[in-house]
Amino acid sequence: MEGRDPTALQRPHGGRAYWRGLEELAQSEEFFAWLRAEFPRQAQLLDHVDRRQFLKLMGASLALAGLGACTRQPTEEVVPYVKPPEEIVPGEPLYFATAMPLGGTVTGLLVESHEGRPTKVEGNPQHPASLGATDPWAQASVLTLYDPDRSQVVRRVDEILTWEAFSLALAAALEAQAERGGAGLRILTETVSSPTLGAQLAALLERFPQARWHQYEPLAADNAVAGARLAFGTDVNTVYRFDQADVVLSLDADFLSCGGAHLRYSRDFVARRRLVDGARDMNRLYVVESTPSNTGVKADERLALRASRIPAFARAVAAAVGVQVAAPSLGGDAASWLAAVARDLQSRRGRSIVIAGDQQPPEVHALAHAINQALGNVGRTVVYTDPVVARPELQLPSLRELVADMRAGNVEVLLMLGGNPVYDAPVDLDFAGALDKVPMRAHLGLFDDETSALCQWHLPESHYLESWSDGRAFDGTASIVQPLIAPLYDTRSAHEVLAMCLGQRPRGYDVVREFWRRERGGADFERFWGRSLNDGVVADTAAAPKSVALRPFAATLPPSPDAEDDGTLELLFRPDPTVLDGRFSNNGWLQELPKPLTKITWDNTVQLAPGTAQRLGVANGDVVELDLAGRRVRGPVWITPGQADGSVTVALGYGRTRAGRVGSGNGFNAYLLRTLEAPDAASGVVVERTGETYALACTQLHGLLEGRDIVRAATLDEYREHPDFAQHVGHVPARDETMYDWEYAGYAWGMAVDMQACVGCNACVVACVAENNIAVVGKDQVMRGREMQWLRIDRYYAGEPENPETVYQPMFCQHCELAPCEVVCPVNATVHDDEGLNVMVYNRCVGTRYCSNNCPYKVRRFNFYRYTNYSDASLALQRNPDVTVRSRGVMEKCTYCIQRINHARIEAKKEGRKVRDGEIVTACQQACPTDALVFGDVNDPSSRVSKLKKEGRNYSVLGDVNTRPRTTYLAVVRNPNPELAGGPQETGA
Amino acid sequence: MTTETSRESYGVSRVPPEIIGPGHTFESVTDKIASVVLTTRTPRGWLIGLAIAFSLLMLFLLAVGVLFAYGTGIWGVNIPVGWGFAIVNFVWWVGIAHAGTLISAILLLLRQPWRTSINRFAEAMTLFAVSCAGLYPILHLGRPWLFYWLLPYPNTMGMWPNFRSPLMFDVFAVSTYATVSFLFWYTGLIPDLATLRDRSKSIFGRKIYGILAMGWRGSARHWQRYETAYLLLAGLSTPLVVSVHTIVSFDFAVSVIPGWHATIFPPYFVAGAIYSGFAMVVTLAVPIRRYYGLEDFVTLKHLDNIGRVMLATGLIVAYGYTMEAFMSWYSGNLYERYMMWARLSGPFGVAYWALILCNVLIPQLLWFKGVRANLLALWLISIVVNVGMWLERYVIVVTSLSRDYLPSSWFYFSPTFWDWATYIGTLGLFFTLLFLFIRVLPMISIFEMRTLVPGAELKEELHEGVEGSR
Repeated sequence: MEGRDPTALQRPHGGRAYWRGLEELAQSEEFFAWLRAEFPRQAQLLDHVDRRQFLKLMGASLALAGLGACTRQPTEEVVPYVKPPEEIVPGEPLYFATAMPLGGTVTGLLVESHEGRPTKVEGNPQHPASLGATDPWAQASVLTLYDPDRSQVVRRVDEILTWEAFSLALAAALEAQAERGGAGLRILTETVSSPTLGAQLAALLERFPQARWHQYEPLAADNAVAGARLAFGTDVNTVYRFDQADVVLSLDADFLSCGGAHLRYSRDFVARRRLVDGARDMNRLYVVESTPSNTGVKADERLALRASRIPAFARAVAAAVGVQVAAPSLGGDAASWLAAVARDLQSRRGRSIVIAGDQQPPEVHALAHAINQALGNVGRTVVYTDPVVARPELQLPSLRELVADMRAGNVEVLLMLGGNPVYDAPVDLDFAGALDKVPMRAHLGLFDDETSALCQWHLPESHYLESWSDGRAFDGTASIVQPLIAPLYDTRSAHEVLAMCLGQRPRGYDVVREFWRRERGGADFERFWGRSLNDGVVADTAAAPKSVALRPFAATLPPSPDAEDDGTLELLFRPDPTVLDGRFSNNGWLQELPKPLTKITWDNTVQLAPGTAQRLGVANGDVVELDLAGRRVRGPVWITPGQADGSVTVALGYGRTRAGRVGSGNGFNAYLLRTLEAPDAASGVVVERTGETYALACTQLHGLLEGRDIVRAATLDEYREHPDFAQHVGHVPARDETMYDWEYAGYAWGMAVDMQACVGCNACVVACVAENNIAVVGKDQVMRGREMQWLRIDRYYAGEPENPETVYQPMFCQHCELAPCEVVCPVNATVHDDEGLNVMVYNRCVGTRYCSNNCPYKVRRFNFYRYTNYSDASLALQRNPDVTVRSRGVMEKCTYCIQRINHARIEAKKEGRKVRDGEIVTACQQACPTDALVFGDVNDPSSRVSKLKKEGRNYSVLGDVNTRPRTTYLAVVRNPNPELAGGPQETGA
Repeated sequence: MTTETSRESYGVSRVPPEIIGPGHTFESVTDKIASVVLTTRTPRGWLIGLAIAFSLLMLFLLAVGVLFAYGTGIWGVNIPVGWGFAIVNFVWWVGIAHAGTLISAILLLLRQPWRTSINRFAEAMTLFAVSCAGLYPILHLGRPWLFYWLLPYPNTMGMWPNFRSPLMFDVFAVSTYATVSFLFWYTGLIPDLATLRDRSKSIFGRKIYGILAMGWRGSARHWQRYETAYLLLAGLSTPLVVSVHTIVSFDFAVSVIPGWHATIFPPYFVAGAIYSGFAMVVTLAVPIRRYYGLEDFVTLKHLDNIGRVMLATGLIVAYGYTMEAFMSWYSGNLYERYMMWARLSGPFGVAYWALILCNVLIPQLLWFKGVRANLLALWLISIVVNVGMWLERYVIVVTSLSRDYLPSSWFYFSPTFWDWATYIGTLGLFFTLLFLFIRVLPMISIFEMRTLVPGAELKEELHEGVEGSR
């Protein structure tokens, strides 16, 4: 990791005039000599130097002499290694373990590095939060690293300055503070999980005892913290063991896609419903939620309930399982539903989980703890540990305190390490207004964002892939965050800025190392350090289970009746499924990633239930004005099947004004309605039609199956009776209907997609984009139906729109043995290889688009324009050198990651063996947290893919068209509660 | 003049009197037709017409320039609707191009003397329509500069085109058709070019027409060889009339897409092509005939005959639509049935019903002799049929693609400004060429018209002699 990366030199220069080097600019003697040798003709032209040119030349030379003294000169070495580093083989990527901090925890990663530049993120199989999987944000983070809009310089108001200048200013300010014990010093961070940063902050507070450290991020787990305090009187961290649970009740908790453990929880949850190798048993998931989520999609029984009724529902559940609590009587069909759920939970004591969502009030979290206690789940499926964050706290009150201090003029120096409170703080705090009262304010951030704009000092922050840090996973396991590349720009990490505050000037590396030396000192520290870096986890740091006593809080809860449906609407704030709270706004991969359920890109929407929309007389795309206690925001409507009637959901993270070229101006800013009192749900929102419409870029306009057997599903009982139910649908022509059959003698690559396992998390889509250099096309092109993602996740609805059954189906090139695309290409640009791959020869493609027209799956993507960004040099560093970058007029599609196949084939050939099963992992497969995608050799009967294809649930999509796809699908099986009438209907034909 | 016996000679006795106005002599026929070309006074109407057409041609060049600079993204095409206006227009123009060869070749072989006055400009129309059509397959490529990869030429890549692809067949079909049509047209022009050479008063004209006439002197031997060549070319062209649109229909029929995959396509496309070709002949013939006072040569009998052909082919096309709908229901195939239902009632339903109105309902007026004799009505119907045939291709190309197998991939198509600009631009190209043709070449075959003059009746012996020489 040492040494400066030569590619870092390719940073874009300002202005249009490029010169080949500073020597050229100065026209020095050496340059002339070189020029003469290289281009004798041009050199003659330059020989005649007149007076003006002479003066220019002298000026430039002097300036260069001055510049050379004070800036870090990039070292230009274009010679090959004399002594090549041992581990670097040109063309062979290296992998380094690191971890990505997000929302107060880290996820362990292995990052692929080509000649010193990180290109692709994979999960670290040894890390408990990843187990080898990744989420879309980790996959997309590598694009943020190379984002040309990243902040690159220290800025004071409008002036570009240096870190030294900031350091001097900071030292002066802190000196003044030191006299008063730091009474005017405030630090604002996001949730800190880094033990090193926590220690640094502690040291700073020791130095400045009167100073205060506040934490704020909009998606903090305040409710969970408050709920735990209510239930136990102390701070605990809750870890769920979904692999041990037979029955799960989610109270508005989207545990499959939110939170620091969602990858692990997805894997564990799906492990209990994977109907392979003769398994005939699966868990059962009940979901009560107000706005549909990926967890709701996987539910066996789902109840759409207004958010305001969920606390009453939680109480009723608690009462039904024996918690002493005043239970309201539930109205509607919730009561019978609840009775069945409660019976099911009680029949699985010690093998069930009740989990509350982050947006639910503390009371629901506390009740969930009490229910788990009552069901005997604690210690089995629910484990408590000490908190994993550096300092658990209620962040909204903390921020309110800070703002009050700022407004009162008590804050003289405000240092914001990350975060973007001007954009995302509760609107009634008027953070921006209070900020104005702070004499010295500095903001460290990856982008020169809304908050930076209102600070005198903006400090460019190092990306996690270019700085040293550490952090803890959801279960407390620590990881060292190891950089993959030297900072591309002159940036610093939070550690380095804090060190600066402490009057030290060490590098982040030393700060982190010193912390761990103190923690794990001793003779074998080097071994410990090396091992921790190599493994990506610090051994034996998982938090130990702790037993906590439940307080009898439930009996003291004031009675509250089930909220009546009084016709008013409630407004729910939810993280956006792609850009989260807005921190990923400038990431084109995430902006263009279709939201799992709505399939909308580039925008957020006002999600309404079909019934609500009908009452309001609005349709998709109609702009409505949301009026919440006088605050007004306008946004386009999206009617969302499965939304609870009366609930209006808006996603945070949009309406940015200073996100960058990609992220600014998309969607509307829902933070403008979010207040301290109601950060998650607010009642009494008024939705008014404006008569305007807004064009949304949706990638799937049609969500019904139209009676086609594309998706096949059954209930568990049906499956037990007919394990091969999926194969009795439709007619697949026999293989002997052709005279021209080809025998695949060697490998025969194929894939099996277990739709039972797919949780719709989108990680595979972004992984595919990252691996295969897929271009971002922008909202306008998505609206024209030209998105480029090779892998899409189709979402189909069945049943009633109020509470539909939803299925995800990953769809990508099926590599048909009888591929319709191949026949029609006039120039042989798409052909079949002898291993059954349908290969696309970009160089040969002339762009007739006939192949796409003739593809029954419509999985081919066409470069209608030159979509690849060639103008931002930093983006070129991200690209996978093993995959061709496509230009205009060329068709492209999923290749089964042919570069990975070839790599494995070459390795196997070198060792004189066959490719082993599991040796080739496609990018989508590698990212998948639930192993829903399995690739391999279908000629090898012992391969995992062959075994999956032998499952009764296996079927070919559109097999009746006789395409003989190599990708097959495993049907969905649900486990509805037989007690509940009108359970999920069968999807499909 | 008796040496100028044409191949019509053996049919002279069957020449109905209505196909040439009364009182014409060899001299008056030649004067009338040649004067359009040889006059030094260019008519103002012609200038205005050319100016409009040429402006549209410039629009075409602009559209193509933008297309080459930015890519096919300027059009409304997308995934799943990968083909849009370009292919619609291609098929439409190829269809129009059918009338010329049909009139020239098939009617010649069928000894229909009424073809004589319309064959020349119908052939020219064919040629220009093929030019327009031939541009689209190149323009619609993502990388049009590599269009020659579709040709089977020896190359360093060691690559052949894919002979299984209907687009490959198209290359051969359309280029063959264009070549044969040109040869046929040019061969037919040679005696008239000689006439123009002899009559031209300017040296420039004499030289040019002289070169083009290839030394035609009108000797008996010339005529004898000429007749043979012309008949042979007619024989060659005849299968092409059927083959070109059959092969164009393969672009669709060979695919697996519901709405495309249909065995009825070849005959139904050929009938549609003739239908639209004849409609275009009427669209052009009616105004030209009136403007240049050619009522004696292109008579009401001609237009009546064309109307009958349109009626007949229109009925075949209507039968095609019916069978297409019937078979999609009768097949019991889920996808086919849905496709038909979507075509009738989906987002493009308006286009479908408009096409039925234009191609099936309105042309039924042609059953009435009064309508066929009413020039304005006939002309309007011809335009309606042209629009209808364009809509037919639009419905086939766009609706089938927009909703095929997986509902998740369904999407709409909406044309952009550049789609229209390219389409209207090729109309500009077509009419520019047509105007130039009218001005510099005889739009009606002079020598063939002369055979229709009553004085051209032959003695039986000569007729036998001509027959015997073959």
